[in-house]
Amino acid sequence: MASTITLSVTRWRPDRSMPPGPQEYEVPLRKEWTVLDGLNHIKNEIDQTLAFRWSCRMGICGSCGMNVNGEPRLTCGAFLSDYAPGPIRVEPLANFPIARDLIVDMSDFMEKLPRVKPWVIRDDDVTEIDGEYLQTPEELDAYKQFSMCINCMLCYAACPVYGLDPDFVGPAAIALAERYDLDSRDHGARERLDVLIEHEGVWGCTFVGECTRVCPKHVDPAGAIQRYKLKAAQQTVKAFLLPRAMR
Amino acid sequence: MTRRRIEPLVWLTFSGGGVTAAMFLPVLAFLFALAFPLGLVTPPSRAHLFDILHNPLTFLVLLGMFTVMLVHAAHRFRYTLYDGLQLKWTWQIAVICYGGALFGAASAFVILGGVF
Amino acid sequence: MSGNLTLRQPMSTWWWLRKRTYFVFVMRELSSLFVAWYVLFLLLLVRAVDRGDAAYADFVDWAGSPVIVAINVVAFAFIVLHTVTWFSLTPQAMDLRVGGRPVPGWQIIAGQYAGLALVSGFVWWLVTR
Repeated sequence: MASTITLSVTRWRPDRSMPPGPQEYEVPLRKEWTVLDGLNHIKNEIDQTLAFRWSCRMGICGSCGMNVNGEPRLTCGAFLSDYAPGPIRVEPLANFPIARDLIVDMSDFMEKLPRVKPWVIRDDDVTEIDGEYLQTPEELDAYKQFSMCINCMLCYAACPVYGLDPDFVGPAAIALAERYDLDSRDHGARERLDVLIEHEGVWGCTFVGECTRVCPKHVDPAGAIQRYKLKAAQQTVKAFLLPRAMR
Repeated sequence: MTRRRIEPLVWLTFSGGGVTAAMFLPVLAFLFALAFPLGLVTPPSRAHLFDILHNPLTFLVLLGMFTVMLVHAAHRFRYTLYDGLQLKWTWQIAVICYGGALFGAASAFVILGGVF
Repeated sequence: MSGNLTLRQPMSTWWWLRKRTYFVFVMRELSSLFVAWYVLFLLLLVRAVDRGDAAYADFVDWAGSPVIVAINVVAFAFIVLHTVTWFSLTPQAMDLRVGGRPVPGWQIIAGQYAGLALVSGFVWWLVTR
Protein backbone atom coordinates (compact mmCIF):
# COMPACT_ATOMS: atom_id res chain seq x y z
CA MET A 1 0.00 0.00 0.00
CA ALA A 2 1.33 3.46 -0.90
CA SER A 3 1.93 5.79 2.01
CA THR A 4 -0.18 8.73 0.77
CA ILE A 5 -3.27 9.41 -1.31
CA THR A 6 -4.43 12.57 -3.06
CA LEU A 7 -7.69 14.26 -2.11
CA SER A 8 -8.98 16.65 -4.74
CA VAL A 9 -11.16 18.96 -2.66
CA THR A 10 -13.56 21.65 -3.89
CA ARG A 11 -12.71 25.11 -2.63
CA TRP A 12 -14.93 28.15 -2.94
CA ARG A 13 -15.31 31.40 -1.08
CA PRO A 14 -18.36 33.60 -1.64
CA ASP A 15 -16.33 36.79 -1.37
CA ARG A 16 -13.95 35.82 -4.17
CA SER A 17 -15.00 36.00 -7.79
CA MET A 18 -13.54 32.63 -8.82
CA PRO A 19 -15.82 29.67 -9.50
CA PRO A 20 -15.57 26.55 -7.31
CA GLY A 21 -12.53 24.50 -8.19
CA PRO A 22 -10.50 21.58 -6.87
CA GLN A 23 -7.41 21.89 -4.74
CA GLU A 24 -5.20 18.84 -4.28
CA TYR A 25 -3.80 17.65 -0.97
CA GLU A 26 -1.67 14.61 -0.07
CA VAL A 27 -2.88 12.84 3.06
CA PRO A 28 -1.46 9.73 4.75
CA LEU A 29 -3.07 6.54 3.49
CA ARG A 30 -3.75 4.78 6.79
CA LYS A 31 -5.85 1.65 6.53
CA GLU A 32 -8.34 2.72 9.20
CA TRP A 33 -8.67 6.31 7.97
CA THR A 34 -11.81 7.66 6.33
CA VAL A 35 -12.20 10.58 3.95
CA LEU A 36 -13.26 12.61 7.01
CA ASP A 37 -9.98 11.74 8.73
CA GLY A 38 -8.23 12.92 5.58
CA LEU A 39 -10.11 16.23 5.65
CA ASN A 40 -9.30 16.74 9.31
CA HIS A 41 -5.66 16.00 8.57
CA ILE A 42 -5.73 18.68 5.87
CA LYS A 43 -7.31 21.20 8.22
CA ASN A 44 -5.01 20.40 11.12
CA GLU A 45 -1.71 19.99 9.30
CA ILE A 46 -1.87 21.53 5.84
CA ASP A 47 -4.56 24.14 5.25
CA GLN A 48 -6.62 25.43 8.16
CA THR A 49 -8.86 27.50 5.85
CA LEU A 50 -10.70 24.40 4.59
CA ALA A 51 -14.33 24.45 5.79
CA PHE A 52 -16.50 21.36 6.20
CA ARG A 53 -19.15 19.94 8.53
CA TRP A 54 -18.70 16.90 10.73
CA SER A 55 -19.55 15.74 14.23
CA CYS A 56 -19.94 12.19 15.52
CA ARG A 57 -17.56 10.57 12.96
CA MET A 58 -19.47 7.31 13.39
CA GLY A 59 -22.38 7.54 10.94
CA ILE A 60 -25.22 8.60 13.23
CA CYS A 61 -25.33 12.41 13.24
CA GLY A 62 -25.67 12.91 9.49
CA SER A 63 -23.44 16.01 9.38
CA CYS A 64 -20.57 14.92 7.13
CA GLY A 65 -22.42 14.16 3.88
CA MET A 66 -20.44 15.08 0.75
CA ASN A 67 -20.04 13.85 -2.82
CA VAL A 68 -17.07 11.46 -2.92
CA ASN A 69 -16.09 10.57 -6.51
CA GLY A 70 -19.53 11.75 -7.56
CA GLU A 71 -21.39 9.58 -5.08
CA PRO A 72 -23.19 11.03 -2.01
CA ARG A 73 -21.45 9.51 1.00
CA LEU A 74 -21.02 10.07 4.72
CA THR A 75 -17.33 10.86 4.69
CA CYS A 76 -16.91 9.26 8.11
CA GLY A 77 -17.88 5.94 6.52
CA ALA A 78 -15.85 6.21 3.30
CA PHE A 79 -12.49 4.54 3.84
CA LEU A 80 -9.47 5.95 2.02
CA SER A 81 -8.18 2.46 1.28
CA ASP A 82 -11.37 1.68 -0.68
CA TYR A 83 -10.45 4.46 -3.11
CA ALA A 84 -6.73 3.70 -3.37
CA PRO A 85 -4.66 4.58 -5.34
CA GLY A 86 -6.89 7.64 -5.80
CA PRO A 87 -7.07 10.58 -6.35
CA ILE A 88 -10.35 11.00 -4.49
CA ARG A 89 -12.67 13.79 -5.60
CA VAL A 90 -14.37 15.40 -2.59
CA GLU A 91 -17.14 17.85 -3.51
CA PRO A 92 -19.95 19.50 -1.58
CA LEU A 93 -23.22 17.57 -1.41
CA ALA A 94 -24.92 17.78 -4.80
CA ASN A 95 -28.20 19.62 -5.49
CA PHE A 96 -27.71 22.14 -2.68
CA PRO A 97 -26.32 25.67 -2.98
CA ILE A 98 -22.71 25.91 -1.85
CA ALA A 99 -22.08 28.22 1.09
CA ARG A 100 -18.33 27.73 1.32
CA ASP A 101 -15.89 24.96 0.32
CA LEU A 102 -17.65 21.72 1.27
CA ILE A 103 -20.47 23.33 3.22
CA VAL A 104 -23.93 23.51 1.64
CA ASP A 105 -26.93 25.63 2.43
CA MET A 106 -29.46 23.21 3.93
CA SER A 107 -32.20 25.74 4.67
CA ASP A 108 -34.47 24.28 1.95
CA PHE A 109 -34.29 20.87 3.61
CA MET A 110 -34.95 22.39 7.03
CA GLU A 111 -38.02 24.14 5.63
CA LYS A 112 -39.42 20.95 4.12
CA LEU A 113 -39.23 18.70 7.17
CA PRO A 114 -41.81 20.48 9.33
CA ARG A 115 -44.14 20.78 6.33
CA VAL A 116 -45.06 17.10 6.63
CA LYS A 117 -45.99 17.58 10.29
CA PRO A 118 -43.49 15.09 11.71
CA TRP A 119 -45.07 14.69 15.13
CA VAL A 120 -47.76 12.50 16.61
CA ILE A 121 -51.12 14.05 15.74
CA ARG A 122 -54.08 12.96 17.81
CA ASP A 123 -57.73 13.43 17.00
CA ASP A 124 -58.83 13.27 20.63
CA ASP A 125 -58.77 16.31 22.90
CA VAL A 126 -56.63 14.65 25.52
CA THR A 127 -53.91 16.97 26.77
CA GLU A 128 -52.60 14.74 29.54
CA ILE A 129 -52.47 10.99 29.52
CA ASP A 130 -52.35 8.71 32.49
CA GLY A 131 -49.07 6.90 31.85
CA GLU A 132 -47.66 6.12 28.39
CA TYR A 133 -49.11 5.30 24.98
CA LEU A 134 -48.90 1.53 24.65
CA GLN A 135 -47.39 0.06 21.49
CA THR A 136 -46.73 -3.59 20.70
CA PRO A 137 -43.49 -4.74 19.02
CA GLU A 138 -45.50 -5.45 15.84
CA GLU A 139 -46.84 -1.89 15.83
CA LEU A 140 -43.30 -0.59 16.25
CA ASP A 141 -42.05 -2.75 13.39
CA ALA A 142 -44.62 -1.20 11.09
CA TYR A 143 -42.79 2.15 11.03
CA LYS A 144 -39.40 1.48 12.60
CA GLN A 145 -37.46 1.35 9.35
CA PHE A 146 -38.66 4.84 8.38
CA SER A 147 -37.73 6.24 11.79
CA MET A 148 -34.05 5.49 11.25
CA CYS A 149 -33.45 8.58 9.10
CA ILE A 150 -30.56 10.72 10.37
CA ASN A 151 -31.36 13.70 8.11
CA CYS A 152 -28.03 13.42 6.33
CA MET A 153 -29.54 14.64 3.01
CA LEU A 154 -27.64 12.08 0.90
CA CYS A 155 -30.99 11.10 -0.63
CA TYR A 156 -31.57 14.68 -1.81
CA ALA A 157 -28.09 14.74 -3.31
CA ALA A 158 -28.85 11.51 -5.17
CA CYS A 159 -32.30 12.46 -6.40
CA PRO A 160 -32.25 13.85 -9.96
CA VAL A 161 -35.83 15.10 -9.58
CA TYR A 162 -34.80 17.28 -6.63
CA GLY A 163 -31.74 18.41 -8.54
CA LEU A 164 -33.92 19.51 -11.46
CA ASP A 165 -36.77 20.94 -9.37
CA PRO A 166 -35.96 22.08 -5.82
CA ASP A 167 -39.69 22.48 -5.16
CA PHE A 168 -39.93 18.70 -4.88
CA VAL A 169 -40.57 17.80 -1.24
CA GLY A 170 -38.00 15.03 -1.47
CA PRO A 171 -37.27 11.52 -0.18
CA ALA A 172 -36.46 12.13 3.49
CA ALA A 173 -39.50 14.34 4.09
CA ILE A 174 -41.90 11.82 2.53
CA ALA A 175 -40.29 8.90 4.39
CA LEU A 176 -40.72 10.91 7.56
CA ALA A 177 -44.40 11.46 6.80
CA GLU A 178 -44.80 7.72 6.23
CA ARG A 179 -43.05 7.06 9.57
CA TYR A 180 -45.76 8.99 11.37
CA ASP A 181 -48.64 7.73 9.24
CA LEU A 182 -47.69 4.17 10.14
CA ASP A 183 -47.26 4.94 13.84
CA SER A 184 -50.16 3.42 15.77
CA ARG A 185 -50.29 6.42 18.09
CA ASP A 186 -50.88 8.85 15.23
CA HIS A 187 -54.14 10.02 13.66
CA GLY A 188 -52.70 12.64 11.30
CA ALA A 189 -52.53 10.74 8.00
CA ARG A 190 -55.19 12.95 6.38
CA GLU A 191 -53.36 16.16 7.25
CA ARG A 192 -50.08 14.89 5.82
CA LEU A 193 -51.83 13.59 2.72
CA ASP A 194 -53.18 17.10 2.08
CA VAL A 195 -49.59 18.33 1.98
CA LEU A 196 -48.12 15.49 -0.07
CA ILE A 197 -50.90 15.08 -2.61
CA GLU A 198 -49.78 18.36 -4.16
CA HIS A 199 -47.80 18.19 -7.36
CA GLU A 200 -44.50 18.90 -5.64
CA GLY A 201 -45.37 16.22 -3.10
CA VAL A 202 -45.17 12.56 -4.01
CA TRP A 203 -46.15 12.97 -7.66
CA GLY A 204 -42.86 14.52 -8.71
CA CYS A 205 -41.12 11.24 -7.88
CA THR A 206 -40.40 9.00 -10.86
CA PHE A 207 -39.03 6.13 -8.77
CA VAL A 208 -35.43 6.50 -9.85
CA GLY A 209 -34.59 4.67 -6.62
CA GLU A 210 -31.20 6.32 -6.17
CA CYS A 211 -32.25 7.73 -2.80
CA THR A 212 -32.68 4.23 -1.38
CA ARG A 213 -29.37 3.14 -2.86
CA VAL A 214 -27.35 5.87 -1.12
CA CYS A 215 -29.18 5.88 2.22
CA PRO A 216 -26.67 4.92 4.94
CA LYS A 217 -29.47 3.82 7.29
CA HIS A 218 -31.45 1.61 4.90
CA VAL A 219 -34.58 3.68 5.32
CA ASP A 220 -35.75 2.97 1.74
CA PRO A 221 -37.36 6.35 1.04
CA ALA A 222 -38.20 5.26 -2.52
CA GLY A 223 -40.36 2.47 -1.12
CA ALA A 224 -42.01 4.89 1.28
CA ILE A 225 -42.85 7.24 -1.58
CA GLN A 226 -44.36 4.54 -3.80
CA ARG A 227 -46.45 3.25 -0.91
CA TYR A 228 -47.55 6.80 -0.26
CA LYS A 229 -48.63 7.18 -3.89
CA LEU A 230 -50.71 4.03 -3.58
CA LYS A 231 -52.26 5.36 -0.37
CA ALA A 232 -53.06 8.68 -2.02
CA ALA A 233 -54.59 6.90 -5.00
CA GLN A 234 -56.75 4.73 -2.74
CA GLN A 235 -57.94 7.82 -0.86
CA THR A 236 -58.78 9.59 -4.13
CA VAL A 237 -60.76 6.61 -5.41
CA LYS A 238 -62.70 6.53 -2.16
CA ALA A 239 -63.32 10.27 -2.41
CA PHE A 240 -64.77 9.81 -5.89
CA LEU A 241 -66.91 6.84 -4.94
CA LEU A 242 -68.04 7.85 -1.48
CA PRO A 243 -67.80 11.64 -1.29
CA ARG A 244 -69.89 11.94 1.83
CA ALA A 245 -67.90 9.38 3.75
CA MET A 246 -64.78 11.51 3.37
CA ARG A 247 -66.20 14.58 5.09
CA MET B 1 -61.42 16.72 3.41
CA THR B 2 -58.89 15.79 0.78
CA ARG B 3 -59.62 17.73 -2.36
CA ARG B 4 -60.29 15.67 -5.45
CA ARG B 5 -57.21 15.23 -7.56
CA ILE B 6 -56.76 13.76 -11.00
CA GLU B 7 -53.04 12.99 -10.59
CA PRO B 8 -53.53 9.93 -8.31
CA LEU B 9 -55.99 8.41 -10.79
CA VAL B 10 -53.62 9.02 -13.70
CA TRP B 11 -50.92 7.34 -11.66
CA LEU B 12 -53.18 4.34 -10.98
CA THR B 13 -53.89 4.03 -14.70
CA PHE B 14 -50.17 4.39 -15.40
CA SER B 15 -49.50 1.55 -12.97
CA GLY B 16 -52.19 -0.62 -14.52
CA GLY B 17 -50.72 0.04 -17.93
CA GLY B 18 -47.29 -0.87 -16.65
CA VAL B 19 -48.46 -4.21 -15.32
CA THR B 20 -50.38 -4.91 -18.53
CA ALA B 21 -47.39 -4.04 -20.70
CA ALA B 22 -45.07 -6.11 -18.53
CA MET B 23 -47.33 -9.17 -18.67
CA PHE B 24 -48.73 -9.11 -22.21
CA LEU B 25 -46.28 -7.29 -24.45
CA PRO B 26 -43.39 -9.78 -24.27
CA VAL B 27 -45.41 -12.63 -25.79
CA LEU B 28 -47.38 -10.40 -28.18
CA ALA B 29 -44.24 -8.66 -29.39
CA PHE B 30 -42.30 -11.91 -29.71
CA LEU B 31 -45.01 -13.62 -31.71
CA PHE B 32 -46.31 -10.86 -33.97
CA ALA B 33 -43.20 -8.74 -34.36
CA LEU B 34 -40.50 -11.39 -34.50
CA ALA B 35 -41.58 -15.04 -34.66
CA PHE B 36 -44.32 -14.83 -37.30
CA PRO B 37 -42.75 -12.30 -39.71
CA LEU B 38 -39.40 -14.09 -39.56
CA GLY B 39 -41.02 -17.51 -39.94
CA LEU B 40 -39.66 -18.85 -36.64
CA VAL B 41 -43.19 -19.98 -35.85
CA THR B 42 -45.87 -20.62 -38.46
CA PRO B 43 -48.10 -17.55 -38.59
CA PRO B 44 -51.76 -18.13 -37.81
CA SER B 45 -54.25 -17.88 -40.66
CA ARG B 46 -56.10 -14.62 -41.14
CA ALA B 47 -59.35 -16.46 -40.56
CA HIS B 48 -58.21 -17.66 -37.15
CA LEU B 49 -57.14 -14.17 -36.05
CA PHE B 50 -60.38 -12.75 -37.41
CA ASP B 51 -62.31 -15.27 -35.29
CA ILE B 52 -60.45 -14.18 -32.15
CA LEU B 53 -60.96 -10.49 -32.88
CA HIS B 54 -64.60 -11.00 -33.77
CA ASN B 55 -65.34 -11.92 -30.16
CA PRO B 56 -66.83 -9.03 -28.12
CA LEU B 57 -64.81 -10.13 -25.12
CA THR B 58 -61.62 -9.74 -27.14
CA PHE B 59 -62.74 -6.27 -28.17
CA LEU B 60 -63.26 -5.21 -24.57
CA VAL B 61 -60.06 -6.76 -23.27
CA LEU B 62 -57.88 -5.39 -26.07
CA LEU B 63 -59.45 -1.93 -25.91
CA GLY B 64 -58.85 -1.83 -22.16
CA MET B 65 -55.28 -3.07 -22.52
CA PHE B 66 -54.36 -0.68 -25.33
CA THR B 67 -55.87 2.28 -23.48
CA VAL B 68 -54.03 1.71 -20.21
CA MET B 69 -50.77 0.98 -22.02
CA LEU B 70 -51.09 4.23 -23.98
CA VAL B 71 -51.75 6.18 -20.77
CA HIS B 72 -48.76 4.43 -19.20
CA ALA B 73 -46.54 5.47 -22.09
CA ALA B 74 -47.86 9.03 -22.16
CA HIS B 75 -47.41 9.49 -18.41
CA ARG B 76 -43.90 8.10 -18.34
CA PHE B 77 -42.77 9.95 -21.45
CA ARG B 78 -44.15 13.20 -20.10
CA TYR B 79 -41.92 12.92 -17.04
CA THR B 80 -38.98 11.81 -19.15
CA LEU B 81 -39.30 15.06 -21.11
CA TYR B 82 -39.39 17.08 -17.89
CA ASP B 83 -36.43 15.35 -16.27
CA GLY B 84 -34.40 14.24 -19.24
CA LEU B 85 -34.59 17.30 -21.45
CA GLN B 86 -35.52 19.69 -18.63
CA LEU B 87 -38.25 21.21 -20.77
CA LYS B 88 -40.17 23.88 -18.98
CA TRP B 89 -43.41 24.00 -20.98
CA THR B 90 -45.19 21.76 -18.49
CA TRP B 91 -48.82 22.02 -19.51
CA GLN B 92 -48.09 21.90 -23.23
CA ILE B 93 -46.16 18.65 -22.79
CA ALA B 94 -48.96 17.20 -20.68
CA VAL B 95 -51.54 18.05 -23.33
CA ILE B 96 -49.47 16.53 -26.13
CA CYS B 97 -48.73 13.34 -24.19
CA TYR B 98 -52.16 12.62 -22.78
CA GLY B 99 -53.83 13.97 -25.87
CA GLY B 100 -51.79 11.54 -27.91
CA ALA B 101 -52.87 8.71 -25.61
CA LEU B 102 -56.53 9.71 -25.98
CA PHE B 103 -56.17 9.86 -29.76
CA GLY B 104 -54.57 6.43 -29.72
CA ALA B 105 -57.36 5.04 -27.54
CA ALA B 106 -59.97 6.46 -29.88
CA SER B 107 -58.16 4.92 -32.86
CA ALA B 108 -58.06 1.60 -31.01
CA PHE B 109 -61.81 1.80 -30.49
CA VAL B 110 -62.41 2.40 -34.19
CA ILE B 111 -59.93 -0.20 -35.44
CA LEU B 112 -60.95 -2.92 -32.99
CA GLY B 113 -64.60 -2.12 -33.67
CA GLY B 114 -64.04 -2.30 -37.42
CA VAL B 115 -63.88 -6.07 -37.16
CA PHE B 116 -67.58 -6.23 -36.31
CA MET C 1 -27.31 31.68 6.74
CA SER C 2 -26.36 35.35 7.03
CA GLY C 3 -25.51 37.26 3.88
CA ASN C 4 -27.04 34.51 1.70
CA LEU C 5 -23.97 34.43 -0.58
CA THR C 6 -24.51 30.92 -1.87
CA LEU C 7 -23.79 29.42 -5.25
CA ARG C 8 -26.25 27.15 -7.01
CA GLN C 9 -24.74 24.89 -9.65
CA PRO C 10 -27.32 23.93 -12.27
CA MET C 11 -27.69 20.30 -13.30
CA SER C 12 -26.21 19.38 -16.64
CA THR C 13 -28.58 18.20 -19.38
CA TRP C 14 -26.39 15.09 -19.52
CA TRP C 15 -26.79 14.28 -15.85
CA TRP C 16 -28.13 10.85 -16.78
CA LEU C 17 -24.95 9.85 -18.56
CA ARG C 18 -22.77 10.41 -15.50
CA LYS C 19 -23.82 7.35 -13.51
CA ARG C 20 -24.78 3.85 -14.65
CA THR C 21 -27.87 3.76 -12.42
CA TYR C 22 -29.13 7.03 -13.88
CA PHE C 23 -28.56 5.74 -17.41
CA VAL C 24 -30.50 2.52 -16.77
CA PHE C 25 -33.27 4.64 -15.25
CA VAL C 26 -33.59 6.81 -18.37
CA MET C 27 -33.51 3.72 -20.60
CA ARG C 28 -36.26 2.23 -18.47
CA GLU C 29 -38.33 5.39 -18.88
CA LEU C 30 -37.72 5.45 -22.64
CA SER C 31 -39.16 1.94 -22.87
CA SER C 32 -42.50 3.75 -22.66
CA LEU C 33 -41.97 4.90 -26.25
CA PHE C 34 -41.68 1.30 -27.39
CA VAL C 35 -44.79 0.32 -25.44
CA ALA C 36 -46.61 2.94 -27.49
CA TRP C 37 -44.94 1.61 -30.66
CA TYR C 38 -46.23 -1.89 -30.02
CA VAL C 39 -49.76 -0.63 -29.40
CA LEU C 40 -49.54 1.08 -32.80
CA PHE C 41 -48.02 -2.04 -34.40
CA LEU C 42 -50.71 -4.31 -32.99
CA LEU C 43 -53.46 -1.92 -34.08
CA LEU C 44 -52.03 -1.99 -37.61
CA LEU C 45 -52.16 -5.78 -37.42
CA VAL C 46 -55.80 -5.71 -36.31
CA ARG C 47 -56.64 -3.34 -39.15
CA ALA C 48 -54.92 -5.65 -41.64
CA VAL C 49 -56.83 -8.68 -40.36
CA ASP C 50 -60.04 -6.72 -40.69
CA ARG C 51 -59.34 -5.79 -44.29
CA GLY C 52 -58.88 -9.31 -45.58
CA ASP C 53 -56.39 -12.00 -46.57
CA ALA C 54 -54.38 -9.81 -48.91
CA ALA C 55 -53.99 -7.04 -46.35
CA TYR C 56 -52.95 -9.55 -43.72
CA ALA C 57 -50.36 -11.11 -46.00
CA ASP C 58 -49.06 -7.64 -46.83
CA PHE C 59 -48.77 -6.86 -43.15
CA VAL C 60 -46.75 -9.98 -42.40
CA ASP C 61 -44.46 -9.10 -45.31
CA TRP C 62 -44.07 -5.53 -44.10
CA ALA C 63 -43.40 -6.75 -40.57
CA GLY C 64 -40.67 -9.00 -42.01
CA SER C 65 -38.89 -6.21 -43.85
CA PRO C 66 -35.38 -5.45 -42.55
CA VAL C 67 -36.13 -1.97 -41.22
CA ILE C 68 -39.22 -3.05 -39.31
CA VAL C 69 -37.48 -6.12 -37.94
CA ALA C 70 -34.60 -3.94 -36.77
CA ILE C 71 -37.01 -1.56 -35.03
CA ASN C 72 -38.85 -4.46 -33.47
CA VAL C 73 -35.68 -6.14 -32.20
CA VAL C 74 -34.72 -2.91 -30.43
CA ALA C 75 -38.30 -2.43 -29.24
CA PHE C 76 -38.42 -5.98 -27.93
CA ALA C 77 -35.24 -5.38 -25.95
CA PHE C 78 -36.82 -2.31 -24.36
CA ILE C 79 -40.02 -4.25 -23.59
CA VAL C 80 -37.96 -6.90 -21.83
CA LEU C 81 -36.20 -4.12 -19.90
CA HIS C 82 -39.59 -2.75 -18.91
CA THR C 83 -40.83 -6.14 -17.70
CA VAL C 84 -37.68 -6.98 -15.76
CA THR C 85 -37.43 -3.58 -14.06
CA TRP C 86 -41.16 -3.39 -13.38
CA PHE C 87 -41.17 -6.80 -11.69
CA SER C 88 -38.09 -6.03 -9.61
CA LEU C 89 -39.49 -2.70 -8.38
CA THR C 90 -42.91 -4.02 -7.34
CA PRO C 91 -41.83 -5.45 -3.93
CA GLN C 92 -40.39 -2.07 -2.99
CA ALA C 93 -43.63 -0.33 -3.86
CA MET C 94 -45.93 -2.48 -1.82
CA ASP C 95 -46.19 -3.64 1.75
CA LEU C 96 -47.61 -7.11 1.30
CA ARG C 97 -48.30 -9.05 4.44
CA VAL C 98 -49.70 -12.52 4.91
CA GLY C 99 -50.82 -13.32 8.44
CA GLY C 100 -49.00 -10.27 9.78
CA ARG C 101 -45.66 -11.26 8.29
CA PRO C 102 -44.17 -9.35 5.37
CA VAL C 103 -43.92 -11.36 2.15
CA PRO C 104 -40.25 -11.58 1.05
CA GLY C 105 -39.42 -9.58 -2.08
CA TRP C 106 -38.19 -12.59 -4.02
CA GLN C 107 -41.58 -14.28 -3.65
CA ILE C 108 -43.38 -11.26 -5.07
CA ILE C 109 -40.97 -11.20 -8.00
CA ALA C 110 -41.27 -14.95 -8.56
CA GLY C 111 -45.06 -14.64 -8.47
CA GLN C 112 -44.96 -12.05 -11.21
CA TYR C 113 -42.78 -14.20 -13.44
CA ALA C 114 -45.17 -17.09 -12.84
CA GLY C 115 -47.97 -14.79 -13.96
CA LEU C 116 -45.93 -13.83 -17.01
CA ALA C 117 -45.45 -17.50 -17.89
CA LEU C 118 -49.17 -18.17 -17.53
CA VAL C 119 -50.20 -15.17 -19.62
CA SER C 120 -47.61 -15.92 -22.29
CA GLY C 121 -48.63 -19.56 -22.45
CA PHE C 122 -52.30 -18.64 -22.77
CA VAL C 123 -51.77 -16.05 -25.49
CA TRP C 124 -49.43 -18.39 -27.41
CA TRP C 125 -51.98 -21.17 -27.28
CA LEU C 126 -54.86 -18.87 -28.21
CA VAL C 127 -53.07 -17.47 -31.24
CA THR C 128 -51.43 -20.60 -32.63
CA ARG C 129 -54.05 -23.29 -32.03
